[in-house]
Parts: sequence; C-alpha cells; structure tokens
Amino acid sequence: MNAFWIITTGSLVAITCSLLGCYLILRKMAMIGDAISHAVLPGIVIAFLYTGQRDSMVMLFAAALTGVFTTLLIELIHKKGKLQTDASIGVTFTLLFAIGIIMISVFAGQVDLDQDCVLYGEIAYVPFDVWLLDSGINLGPRAIWVLGGVLLIIIAFISLGYKPLYATTFDPGFAFTIGISIPLWHYLLMSLVSITTVASFEIVGAILVIAFLVVPPATAYLLTDDFKKMLMISSGIGILTAGSGYYLAVALNGSIAGAMAVMAGIFFTLAFFFSPSHGLLFKKLRKKRALLQGHEEGATTI
Amino acid sequence: MYEQIIDFLSLSDPNVRTVVLGSILLTSSSAIIGAFTFLRKKALVGDAVAHSVLPGICLAFMIGGAKDPLILIPGAFLAGWLSMILIDKITLHSRIKEDTAIGMVLSVTFGLGILMLTFIQHSGNANQSGLDHFLFGKAAAMLGSDVIIFSAIALLMVLTVSFLFKEFALVCFDREYASSMGLPVKRLDFLMTSLTVLAVVIGIQAVGVVLMAAMLITPAAAARFWTDNLKLMIIMAAVIGAVSGFTGALVSYLYPSMPTGPWIVVVASVFAFISFFFAPKKGILQYMIKQRRIRLMINEENIIKAGYHIGEDRKDFTSSMTATDLIRRRPMPESKLKGHLAKLTRQGYFRKHSQGWELTNAGYKKGSRLVRIHRLWELYLTEYLNIASDHVHEDAETIEHFITPELEKQLEQTLNYPSEDPHQSKIPYE
Repeated sequence: MNAFWIITTGSLVAITCSLLGCYLILRKMAMIGDAISHAVLPGIVIAFLYTGQRDSMVMLFAAALTGVFTTLLIELIHKKGKLQTDASIGVTFTLLFAIGIIMISVFAGQVDLDQDCVLYGEIAYVPFDVWLLDSGINLGPRAIWVLGGVLLIIIAFISLGYKPLYATTFDPGFAFTIGISIPLWHYLLMSLVSITTVASFEIVGAILVIAFLVVPPATAYLLTDDFKKMLMISSGIGILTAGSGYYLAVALNGSIAGAMAVMAGIFFTLAFFFSPSHGLLFKKLRKKRALLQGHEEGATTI
Repeated sequence: MYEQIIDFLSLSDPNVRTVVLGSILLTSSSAIIGAFTFLRKKALVGDAVAHSVLPGICLAFMIGGAKDPLILIPGAFLAGWLSMILIDKITLHSRIKEDTAIGMVLSVTFGLGILMLTFIQHSGNANQSGLDHFLFGKAAAMLGSDVIIFSAIALLMVLTVSFLFKEFALVCFDREYASSMGLPVKRLDFLMTSLTVLAVVIGIQAVGVVLMAAMLITPAAAARFWTDNLKLMIIMAAVIGAVSGFTGALVSYLYPSMPTGPWIVVVASVFAFISFFFAPKKGILQYMIKQRRIRLMINEENIIKAGYHIGEDRKDFTSSMTATDLIRRRPMPESKLKGHLAKLTRQGYFRKHSQGWELTNAGYKKGSRLVRIHRLWELYLTEYLNIASDHVHEDAETIEHFITPELEKQLEQTLNYPSEDPHQSKIPYE
C-alpha cells in the first residue's frame, strides 16, 4: 500500500509539472522554471513561520507571489540594468535560495523543514501523513489531496486558456494582433509554476520539480509534433518515471526523488536515440538511405 | 559571541588561519575564472556543471573509499566536463534548445548524485560522513592538507589567467578577430572551459554544489556595473569573492552547524544588488533618474515650442498668452503646466504678466530653433528617405530634442537652406 501511495504522489507531481513544462520548454523558459523552483523557498519559510503549518492557502498564495516577484526582479535587472539574461536569472535565484536555506537554519526549531528535505523532499513519508477527519475517517495521505487539487487547477487552466496559451507560445505576434494580452498569460503561467513548485516542493524537493518540469516534456517533444499529443505523452512519461523511479530507489536503497530524476533521464536518452521521428538513430538511417538512393539514381543516369 | 569574533579576527588560532586562507583563495579564484564564464554568457551552464559534479564526487568516493581530495577532484572534474559535453551534444543532435538541455543535465545529474549519496549513506561506510557537506559547503571542514592542495590549484588557475589574459579576453569579446589573428581559439576555449570546471570543483568545498554557480557569476556581474575595463573588473570580482569567502569562514567558525555556502552567496549578492541599483552611470536608479530628466526636458521644450507656435499664428511673438492658450496647443493638466512655466520663467525663457506669460528673447530663440530642426527633419525625411509627408511629424517630434548644433548645421547645408517644410510652413532662421 505504501508503494501505491508513493507512486501515486510521484505521478501527480509528474503530471502537473510535465503539463506546465511543455509550455516552458517551448517558450524557451526552462531555466526560468528552474529559477522559480529555487526562489520560492523564502516564501515557503515565511508562510510557514506565519501560519505554523504546511498545507495552507496562505502558503500557495505566498508562493505565487514570490514566483511572480522573482520573474519581475529578473526582468528589472535584465531590462533596466542591462545585465545579460543568463546572469540575471543566475544571480537572482541563487540569492533567494540562499536566503531560504539560511532562514531554515536560523529558524530550525520553528520550521519543520531541513536542507535535505528542500533538495530531495520526503516522499517516503507521504503515506504516514494521513488526513484524519474529526469523526475518525481516514481519507488517505494528505499530499494526494493537495497535489490532486493543484493538478485540477492546472488542468482547468490549460483547458480554459488553451487557445490564448497556445497562441502566445507559438506566435506571440499573432496573439498580439488578435488582442490577447501577452504579459497577462506570461504572469498567469509563472504564478501556476510557482504554485505547482510549492505544492510539490516539500514532497519531492527542488530537484525533482525541475526534473519533472523539463525532462518529460523534452522527451515528448522528441516523440511528436502535435502539441496536444505532447501534453499527453509527457504526462504518460511522467507516470512511468514515477513508477520505475520508485522501484529503482527501493532496489538501491537510495533517495526516491533522486532515482525518479535518473529514470526521467533514462527515458529521455531512449527517445534521443530511438524516437521514430526525431531520434538520432533513425535520422542517421534515413540520411544513409537517402545517400544510397542518391548514389543509385546517380548510377542509372550515368 | 563578541569575544569569539575578536578571536577569529585576530587569526591567532592556526585552524582559523587555515580555514580563512582556504576560503578566501577558493572564492576569489572562482570569481576570477567566473568573470570569463560571465563574459561568455555561460552562467547557467556553470550552474549545470556545478550540480553535475556531485555524482563525480560520489563515484570517486565509491572507488577510492575515502574523502581524499586527490581522488575526489579528478572525479568531480571529469563529471563536470562530461555534463558540458552532454549539453552540447543534446543541442547539436536534436531539436532541444540549449536552456532545456541545461535544465535536463542539471536535474538528472544532480538526481543521480543524490541517489548515489543516499546509497553511500545507507551502505554504512564509516568514512562517508561529511560527504554531504559538498551540497551546501562547509568552509570549516577543510583540513590543513586540503588547503594546501586547493591553494595550489587556485594559484595555478590565477597564474594561467594572468599569462593568457589577452588571449582569453580576445576570445571572449571577438572570436572571429581572435582566430583571424592566428590564435588557437578552440584550444583556448577548451582551456577556459577546463578552468571553469576546475573553479567549480575547488569552490564547492566552501560554497557547495547547489549554489556554486553564484560564486562564478555574482561577483563578476557586480563588478561589471562599475567599470568597462576588464582588468579592473576581474580585480573587483576577486575582492568581492574574497570578502564573501571570509564571511563564510567567520560564520562557519561562529556557528559550526551552519552551512557556509548560503552565507557566502548572500554576501556576494548584496554587493551585486547594490551595484545593480546604485552604481553610478550603469545602475538602475541612475538610469531612471536620467530617463526622468529627459522626459522633463522634452516637456519643457514642448511648452516653449507651443509658445512659439502661438506667436507664429498671431504673427506677434511678444503677445502674452494664457495657460488655456498653451494647453490648447500642448494638452496637459494645468497644474503641471504652471509648474513647468514657473521653472521656465526662472530660467528666463518666459516672462510673467498679470494676464499670462510672454516669450522672452531667449525663449523666442529656443522655440525657433526647435521648430527649425523639426521642419528641417521633416523635409530631410521626405526628400532623402522618400517618406510620405503625412508620416514624418511623429519622428520629428522626438528627434527635435536631441539634434546637436553640429548636426543642425549639416542638415541646413545638405538641404541647402530651404525656406519651407513639406507642409508649406516657413522654416525660421536666426
């Protein structure tokens, strides 16, 4: 039963992150996602100190604010300060993450978080933190409810805003001419990335959030040219990653989040070489065949 | 607490000396190498390299069985290089963009590192304790023998940079020129990349892999806001790195359980953010002040021009005008207009009357100059760039505030002192 809950939790994180990640990697904002997933830490700690508990609306709200604040700060330094993009991102999120880590060390007694948890989460403890109603009914692990809720929000967001999101991602110029606000959808997406990050953070840690945001979408991107299919495939790969990662961790007696990140990497490697449409192997084969055909044609004309 | 700080600052304890010396060397040499990483726009690649060093360290430990820097450094170095090659290969051989490739390599290699680290921790090897200090850094964990090795590498890096300074700078700023001069650009690239990886590898002792990227770029980014001189920039970056390293050592001494990396990064970032906002010339605040000043100048010049236009309409430049007259030509809130007018009166462009204002001689001259430039520019655009005459006004509205007297002369000569603009308005000359 524990295995079931852990894999389910991992899958929920995987689907949520992969769906948003598809937009991030196509908008060339993968590293902004990385930055947000680090930078929300001080927001989490402050919300923790303020409310004294983990899962609360305050926490999600604080996180969304920190995430948007981070993107605003990066843009301010980049546009007004004329600092190159990569450095603006790098300088901003390392500072916020460092502040978060220091706060965790300083308020160690008051905050139920530690450095290890920040990096690789506590997914192994998910089954034990159950939601008990006053009447004594056991509703299962709390994380499932939180992550399930966030996943529903994301799915609602993507299905309601599918068209504007699609337009601003693939053709901002066109989106602008038909009157879609590009900044509005940009910041909405950033707030949702922040909310997802925070909901997933304490469960799987910063590393797995980034891994799930970037790797399954990139894998799906090598398997299809249809955006809707890409959303589906990356969610599917996310679930496979969560399941296989869990068993790898059990076999090696190591960190579950670490193992899931490794499995995500393995699935990407497979797609990188063996994808029928974009894999290295088939591309080479096709090239060879084209060359051979060229030779044969050349031979007949001579 | 206070005594402890005095103790630390006096450097009387040989252990303290070791740690302080080690930290300063590690962070300042990382900052020096990082300046080139920054200039080559490889900040985020540096982040990926730093994270990917973790599995290298773990593998080296599993093979060597001890936390000996002579085993761990080569392992970390190889892993860092490998991650760099991976990013290149992924972007070269697939349609994945570089930022995605960086994110993937960063998270997957770090995940692998965490998996190996937890595997080692659970395997019950007694030597492993302290391996997790590589995550967030621990300056105080450095032994005397470690410091000698790290210092030697740091010195080697700094010497390489000082010998090849010109070559590195050329490759960073203008690769094509560098290769046309016969410099071995590829080999210099290789060397710079190796130095970056090496800087990461030795810096993580103090800063840790998670925040190591900041040590490479934050000091350089801060220094960039103060100077355009590369040598000076590198020296400033090294000093900022050294100060942050020193703070890290101090914190590590006062609070042994505290990781040092975050403190080092926060100190360097304080320098950086102060520079971003307050640096003279390049800071954001300075930029905003400059912008405001220009907006103010444009507004004031527009009011003088409105006064001139009124005079032109009435064929009398000494007639007095009311605020309503001016607002009709140049719409703006009355209070704002009056503020500007008070200033312009002090500066001697307007004279105040009981019924309103009139242009002084200086105001008339300035107004006629603005109108002249405006109309000359409109003519220039229609005659030389073949732009329709109903499309040139907007452009002239902006440029009239920025044309220098020299350019004005040139316009007059090029157009041969024309008498009318494309809309048949007279061009006023002195």
